[in-house]
Amino acid sequence: MTTPLLVILAFIIVSTVVGVIGRGRGAMNLERWSVGGRQFGVILVWLLMAGEIYTTFTFLGASGWAYSRGAPSFYILAYGTIGYIISFFLLPPLWRMAKRLGLHTQPDFFLARYNSPALAGLVALIGVVSIIPYLQLQLAGLGLIVHTASGGAIASEVAIIVAFALTCVFVYTSGLQGIAWVAIIKDITMVVVVVIIGIGLPSMYFGSVGQMLSELVRQHPSHLTFPGGTTTMGVGWVISTILLTGVGFYCWPHMFASAFSAKDERTIKRNAVIMPLYQLPILLVLFVGFTALLVMPGLKNPDTALLALVMRSYPAWFAGLVGGAGAVTAMVPASMLLLVASTLTAKNIYRPLRGGVVSEEQLMRASRGFMLLIAVVALILALWSPNELVKLLIFGYDGIAQFFPGIVLGVFVRQITARPVILGLVAGEAVVVSLIWSGHDPFLGMNAGFVGLVVNALLTLLSATGGQVLNHRNIQGSRRGTTTPLNFGGEHGEPRERHRVDGWRAG
Amino acid sequence: MPIRFRLALVPALTPAVALVAGLPFVNRLEPIVFGLPFLLAWILGWVLVTPAFLGLAYLLDRSTSAAEDGDGR
Repeated sequence: MTTPLLVILAFIIVSTVVGVIGRGRGAMNLERWSVGGRQFGVILVWLLMAGEIYTTFTFLGASGWAYSRGAPSFYILAYGTIGYIISFFLLPPLWRMAKRLGLHTQPDFFLARYNSPALAGLVALIGVVSIIPYLQLQLAGLGLIVHTASGGAIASEVAIIVAFALTCVFVYTSGLQGIAWVAIIKDITMVVVVVIIGIGLPSMYFGSVGQMLSELVRQHPSHLTFPGGTTTMGVGWVISTILLTGVGFYCWPHMFASAFSAKDERTIKRNAVIMPLYQLPILLVLFVGFTALLVMPGLKNPDTALLALVMRSYPAWFAGLVGGAGAVTAMVPASMLLLVASTLTAKNIYRPLRGGVVSEEQLMRASRGFMLLIAVVALILALWSPNELVKLLIFGYDGIAQFFPGIVLGVFVRQITARPVILGLVAGEAVVVSLIWSGHDPFLGMNAGFVGLVVNALLTLLSATGGQVLNHRNIQGSRRGTTTPLNFGGEHGEPRERHRVDGWRAG
Repeated sequence: MPIRFRLALVPALTPAVALVAGLPFVNRLEPIVFGLPFLLAWILGWVLVTPAFLGLAYLLDRSTSAAEDGDGR
C-alpha cells in the first residue's frame, strides 16, 4: 500500500469514528437519523449547508474543467452568487410558511401550498431522480481519489465499489447528527488544503499566480475566454448555465429544506449577505487546474488533474492529506444526498402510495431500504455510464431547476393553482430529456436545462393567466393583478384551505 | 411591505444583472487586472462586491420595516 493511500485510509477511519461518536447515545429513529432530532444550532445547520456546497465537484470537477475547458469553468464561480441573491428574497417567506404549516421536506411544501398530492409526488420523484447523478458524481470522485492515490494499482472500478461501501457504512453508522460533526472537520481541512495548493502550486512552478496565468495565455491564447477549449460553450452557453444553476441552487431538495431549520428570518438574510464569499476558494481550485494544464498536459482523465499534480509536487504524506480531504469531501455530501433521497422516497412517495397508514418503524425501515437501492443505482451508473464530474452536476440541475416557477409563484402569487405548475413542470422536463437524449445539448448555443426552464415558465404563466381569464372574466377579482408574476403585496401566496402535513409520526 | 421589497431589490439585483449582462462585452483578456485576465477579473469582481450590495439591501429592508410597520414578525 502506498503512503498516500494509508493517510487517506487513516483520514477516513478518523472521520467515521467522529461520525459514530457524534451521533450520540440512545435509540435511533427516523427523526434523529434524518433530521438530527431537529435540535441543530444555527452554526451546525449552516456548516451542513456549506458541507453540501463544497463537494467533490468543487474539488475535482472544477479543476478538471479548468484543465480541459478553460473559461467555461468560470460559471462555477458565478452561479452561487445568483443563488444567494435569490435566496435573500425567496427563503424568508418560505421559512415563514414552513413554520406556520409545519413543513419538513420539499414535497411537503408543494402539498401544503397547492393541495395536490399528484404534484407533491411528482416533485419528490424528480428530486430523487435528479439527486442520483449528483450522487454518482461523489462516488466517481471518491473512486478517482482512491485510484490516483494508489498510483493506479487499484483499478478505478474497484475503487468506485470501495467508495460505495465506505459511504454506506458511513451513513448507516452516523446518521445526520454524526455527519454534521464530520462536516466541520471536512470544511476546515478543505479550505486549508485549497489555500495551500491554490497559491502554492502556481508559485512553485511559475513564481506567482499572475505569471502562471500569463504563461497560460502565451501557450493557450484562447483558453481563458469563452468558449475556451470547447467549440460549443460560448457566451450564450455560459449565460444560460449561470442562470439555470443560479436559479436551481435552492431548488435542490436538501438546500430547500435546509432553510426550514434556520432559527429566524434575520439569520437567513444575514447568511445570504456573506455567502458569496464562500465561492472564493473555487477560484484557487481553478488556478490548480490551469497549473496542471501547463505542467502535465495530456492527462487521460482531466478530473484527475488536481490529484495528479499534487502527487507530483508534494511529499507523499501531504498528497495523502489532500486525498483524505477529498475523500471526506465526497463522503459527507454523498451521505447527505442519500439521506435526503431515501427520506423523500419513504415519506413522500412510499407512504402516500400505502394510503398513509405506515408506522414510524416501518417508515424507518423503508427509508433504509430505499437508501441502499438509490446507492446501488448510483453505483451502477458510476460503473457503466461514466461521465465528466461537472456534466453530471449539470444534469442534476437540468432536472431540479424546473421546480423554480412552482416555488416562486407558490410563495409570491396567491392565485396560482396546481394545474399550470404541473403542466409547466412536465413540459420543462420533457424538453430537457428529449434535448439531451437526442444529442441537442447545447441547443442553439444554450444549455438544454435553460431551454426547458423557459418553456416551463412560459407555459405555467400562460396557462395560469389563461385559466384566470376564463374563470374570472366577469369577476372583478382579476383586478388583483393575476398576471403580475411578482406580486409582493399583502399576504404571500398562502393556500386558503390548508392541506395538513403530517409530521414524522405516521397515522 | 411592497415598498420595502422593491427598494431592496434594486441593490440586490444589481450585481446579478451586471455580472451576467456584461459577459458578452467582457469576453477578452485585456486589460489585465491584478494579474487576472479581464473576463475572470470581471466575474470575480462582482462576486466580491455582492456582499456589499446585499448588505445594503439588508439595511434598506430593516430601516423601512422599522419605520413603517410592526406587523408582528
